[in-house]
Amino acid sequence: MTPTDAAVHKTAPPTRAARTERSDLTSSRLRAAFLFLLPMMTVLGVVAGWPLVRTIWLGFTDANLVDLSVTEFIGIENYYAVYDGEAFGLLVDPEWWNAVWNTLWFSVISVSLETALGMAVALVLNLQFKGRGLVRAAVLVPWAIPTIVSAKMWSWMLHDQLGIINELLMGVGLIAEPIAWTANPDTAMWAVIMVDVWKTTPFMALLILAGLQMLPGDIYEAAKVDGVHPVKVFFKVTLPLIRPALVVAVVFRALDALRIFDLIYVLTSNSTTTMSMSVYARQQLVDFQEVGYGSAAATLLFLVIALITTLTLMAGKVNLSEDSK
Amino acid sequence: MKMRSVLLGTVFAAAGALGSASAAEVAVTCDTVGQAHDLCVKAVQEWEAKTGHTAKIVSVPQSATERLALYQQILGSGSNDIDVFQIDVIWPGILGSHLLDLKPYSKGVENEHFKPIIENNTYKGKLVAMPFYTDAGLMFYRKDLLEKYGKSVPTTWEELTATAKDVQAKERAAGNDKMWGFVYQAKAYEGLTCDAIEWIDSFGGGDIVNAEGDITVNNPKAAEALTLAASWVGDIAPEGVLNYMEEDARGVFQSGNSVFMRNWPYAWSLGQGADSPIKGKIGVTAVPKGGADGKASGALGGWQMAVSKYSKDPEAAASLALWLTSKEQQKNNAIEGSYNPTITALYDDKDVLAANPFMGDLKATFTNAVARPSRATGANYNKVSNAFYNAVHNVISGKSEADASLAKLEKDLKRIKRKAW
Amino acid sequence: MKLSLKSLLFYGLVLAIVVVSVFPFYYAIITSFRSGTELFNPSALPGVIDFGNYLSIFKEQPFGTNIFNSIFVATVVVIISLVLAVTAAYALARIPFRGRGLLLMTILSVSMFPQVAILSGMFELIKAMGIYNSLPGLIVPNMVLTLPFTVWVLTTFMKELPKELEEAAIVDGASSLVIVRRVFLPLMWPALVTTGLLAFISAWNEFLFALTFTLSNEVRTVPVAIALMSGASKYELPWGNIMAASVVVTVPIVVLVLIFQRKIVAGLTAGAVKG
Repeated sequence: MTPTDAAVHKTAPPTRAARTERSDLTSSRLRAAFLFLLPMMTVLGVVAGWPLVRTIWLGFTDANLVDLSVTEFIGIENYYAVYDGEAFGLLVDPEWWNAVWNTLWFSVISVSLETALGMAVALVLNLQFKGRGLVRAAVLVPWAIPTIVSAKMWSWMLHDQLGIINELLMGVGLIAEPIAWTANPDTAMWAVIMVDVWKTTPFMALLILAGLQMLPGDIYEAAKVDGVHPVKVFFKVTLPLIRPALVVAVVFRALDALRIFDLIYVLTSNSTTTMSMSVYARQQLVDFQEVGYGSAAATLLFLVIALITTLTLMAGKVNLSEDSK
Repeated sequence: MKMRSVLLGTVFAAAGALGSASAAEVAVTCDTVGQAHDLCVKAVQEWEAKTGHTAKIVSVPQSATERLALYQQILGSGSNDIDVFQIDVIWPGILGSHLLDLKPYSKGVENEHFKPIIENNTYKGKLVAMPFYTDAGLMFYRKDLLEKYGKSVPTTWEELTATAKDVQAKERAAGNDKMWGFVYQAKAYEGLTCDAIEWIDSFGGGDIVNAEGDITVNNPKAAEALTLAASWVGDIAPEGVLNYMEEDARGVFQSGNSVFMRNWPYAWSLGQGADSPIKGKIGVTAVPKGGADGKASGALGGWQMAVSKYSKDPEAAASLALWLTSKEQQKNNAIEGSYNPTITALYDDKDVLAANPFMGDLKATFTNAVARPSRATGANYNKVSNAFYNAVHNVISGKSEADASLAKLEKDLKRIKRKAW
Repeated sequence: MKLSLKSLLFYGLVLAIVVVSVFPFYYAIITSFRSGTELFNPSALPGVIDFGNYLSIFKEQPFGTNIFNSIFVATVVVIISLVLAVTAAYALARIPFRGRGLLLMTILSVSMFPQVAILSGMFELIKAMGIYNSLPGLIVPNMVLTLPFTVWVLTTFMKELPKELEEAAIVDGASSLVIVRRVFLPLMWPALVTTGLLAFISAWNEFLFALTFTLSNEVRTVPVAIALMSGASKYELPWGNIMAASVVVTVPIVVLVLIFQRKIVAGLTAGAVKG
C-alpha cells in the first residue's frame, strides 16, 4: 500500500493481522499514551484549571471589585432573577443578546472571508515561483504586528478627515465625499470585519499551506498525467485531503473571532452597534467592577462558543475519536 | 543588568520584611516618557534626597481605562506592589475603599487647594487623594478666521453654531472645501460624558445626578441642549466626529480644518508649536453658555495622588504623595509643563502667569468647572457614565429624539441605582 | 505568448496580495519618519526622512531589553508548547483509547474563555507561584494561549500521516518515543514550523497578561512597552514613536520567517515520501 492509497481509501477496514498485532501491543501503547499526555495535561491543568474554575464559580456569586472579601453565593441570580416583578440578569439583558448577535454576525462573515482568501493565498504560495520566500514573509506581516498597534494604526488610517483610506479612495474617484467608516453605524461593523480579515488571513493561509505541503505529491502527478482539469483536482482531491487541517484552522479562527475584543475596543469603543460578547464581559468585569456578573457573562460566552465549536466540528465531519488511517 | 535588578528586588523584599524604620522603598506610578515623566522623576529625586527614602517609578498605561483596570487588579487583590497611585478625578469613588485616609498626614494643607476638588477626593469622610493638577474643558477658536469675517468670540452655543456655520460656508466658497465649523469628542466613551455634561450644565440642565444622589438628567433644559448638539453633526461638524477622541479633534483643528474645537488645555501648547500651521492664530475661551441666561461650564478633569492602604510603609508613601502635590511642585509643573495648579494662590503667581497667560483669564473656568457625578454615584459611576454617553450618542447620531432618550436614560439610571448608589 | 499572459496574471495576483498585506506596514514606516503636525498629513508619499523617532524609543526607555524579553518569552513558550504538544499529539492521534474525543474537547475548551475573564484567577496563580513581575510570570500564562492550539494542530496533522509509517517500527519493537523522533518528526517539519511560527507570533503579540503581570520596564515585553509610550501630555498620542516601535518589532518576525523558509520547503519533499 502506498501512502496515496491509504489516504484515499480512508475507510478501508483494518486487516485481521493488524488487529491481532494491535491487541498484543495495546497495553504498552496505552501506557505510552498516558505518559505522553501526562506532562501536557499537568501543565494545562495547573495553568488553566484554577482560573477557569474560579471564573465559573464567581458567576454564581455577587463578587464586586470594591470589596472581594464580602462575596456571597447567590445562585443563578446573575443569569436570571426577579425583583418587584421586574426581571434582571444576563438572560433578559437586551444588551447582552445584542452583543451575542453582533459577535455571531461578525464571526460568520469574517471567518468565511478569511477562509476563502486564506485558501487563495495558500494555493498561490504553494506554487513554485521566483521570490516566493519574500512573498511568504510579506504575507505574514499583518499577523506579525501586535493587535493593539495595528488596531490603532487602522483607526487612524480610517479617520474620516485625516485618514489615508479616504484620501486614496477620493484620489482614484471611487468616492466623492469622505466616509466616516468607524462612526457611521452602517459601516462600523464592516470596518471591523475588513481590518480583521486583513489581519488574520495570513494565519489561515499559513495553516492551509502547511496542510497542502504535507500532501503526497504523486496524486498531482497522476492527475496531471490523466489530464484532469486543475479546478476539478482542487475540489475532488485537494479539498477533501486538507479538510482536517482546514477544519482545525477554521475552528481556531472562529474561537478567536467569537472572543474578539481589542480590535472592536480600539476601533469603535463601547458603542452598542459593534459591541461583542467579550467587550460586554470586559465592561462588566472591569469598567463596572461587577466581577460576579461579568464572570457569569464570560461563562455564558464560553457555553455559546462551546456550542458553536461542536456544531462546526460536526459540520466539518471531524470524528475526534476516529482512528488514524 | 536585568538579572541584577530582579535579584535586588528579591533582596529588598526580604529586607523589607525585617524593616528599617529610617529608609523605606516606595513604588509610585508616573507617565512613561515625555515631559510629564521628566518632571515626575525630578520631583521624586528631590523627595529621596530630602527624606532618605528611595522610590521606584512604575510606568503605567497612558490610556485611562487600561490604567484603571491595572489599578483595580492590583488593589483588588490587596497587593502592595504599588504604594502611590496617580488617579483620575473620577476614580476616588471607584477606588476609595482601597485607599488610605491622608488627613492624618496632610496637616490641613488640603485647605489651600480648590474646594470642589478636595470634596471630590473625599470618600466616606476620608481624604483619599491629594490634587496633582486640574483640567477643564476649553473652547479653542481660529482668531484669524473670526477677524477675517468680522465675527466676535461667541459666548453662547447658539452664537457659536451660527458663527461656525457662516464661516464654514464662506471658507468653503473660497475654495477651502475641507473646512468644518466645530470639532469635539463624541465617540461613545468617557470623553463624550465630559462634552455632554458641559452642554447640559451650560443650559442649566444640571449634572446628571445631583450631590444628594437624585437623578436629575431628564429635564427640558437637558433635552434642549442635546437637540442643539444633534443638529451639529453633518452640518457644522463632520459625521466622523461621532467617533472622535481628543487627538482626532486636535488633528482636524491643527491641520487648519476647523473654526472651533472643544478640547483640554494640552492642545494649546501643541497648537502653538513651531511646526503648527495655525501657530499664532488660536484663541482660547471658556466653553459657551446655553442661551443668554445660561452659564459657562467646563468639565472638571485632572489627576490626583493617592496612597494604597495596603502599603507597607504608609507614612513614607503619604509623604511622597504630599510632596508631589505640594505648592512648590505644582508651581514648577505649571511653569515647565503648563499643568494647571489646584492651589488657588498659584493663579495669582507672577511666574506662573508669565508662562501661561491664559491661566489668569480662565481662572473662573478652572475654579467653577462642572464635576461629573462620580462622588454621588460612587462605585457605580462608570455604569452611570456609560448609560449617559450611550444615551447622548443615540441622540446626536440621530437614532433617537432627545426626550425619548433622556426618559429611557432616567429609567436605566434608576435600575442601576435601585435603592442607593 | 499565451504562457506569458498567464504568468502576467499570476504575478499580478501575487503583487495584489503583497500590496494589500504590506501597505499599512509601509504607511507605518512613512509615519515613523514624521513628527509634529506632519503626522496629521494623510499623504502616501514619504516626506522628510527623520530617524528621530527611532532614536527616541531606544533612548527614553529600555526598548532593547523589551525586545529581548519578547524574544525570550516567545521562544521559551514555543519550545515548551511544541515539546509537550508533539508527544501529546502522538498519543491523541495514533494510539486509540477511550475518551480521546472528550480529552480533545477539554483541551479546546481552555481556548473558549475570554482572556479578561481568566485574568484575575491567573493573577492569583502567578502571585502564589511567586513569579509576579518576572519573565517566568509571562511564560506561564502564555501557555494557556498556545498549548491548546499546538496540540490540536499537531494532532490533526499526525492523524493524516499514513498508518504504515509506524507499523514497521512497531513490529521492530521500537518504543513510542523512538517512533515519534525517528518516524514522525522528519515528516512533521512543515506543521511544526508553521504551528511554531503562529504560536510564536501569538506569544509575541500577547498584551493583557504582559501588562497585568509586570511592573518594571526591565521585564516588560514589546506590546506593553509600545502601549506605555506617551506623549508630552495625557491626551497626546506619540504617533511617530509608536509607528517606529511597530516597525522595529515587526522586523524580527520577518527575519524569523525568512530563516525558517528552508524548513517549510524541506517539508514539501519529505511529505512525498514513499511508504
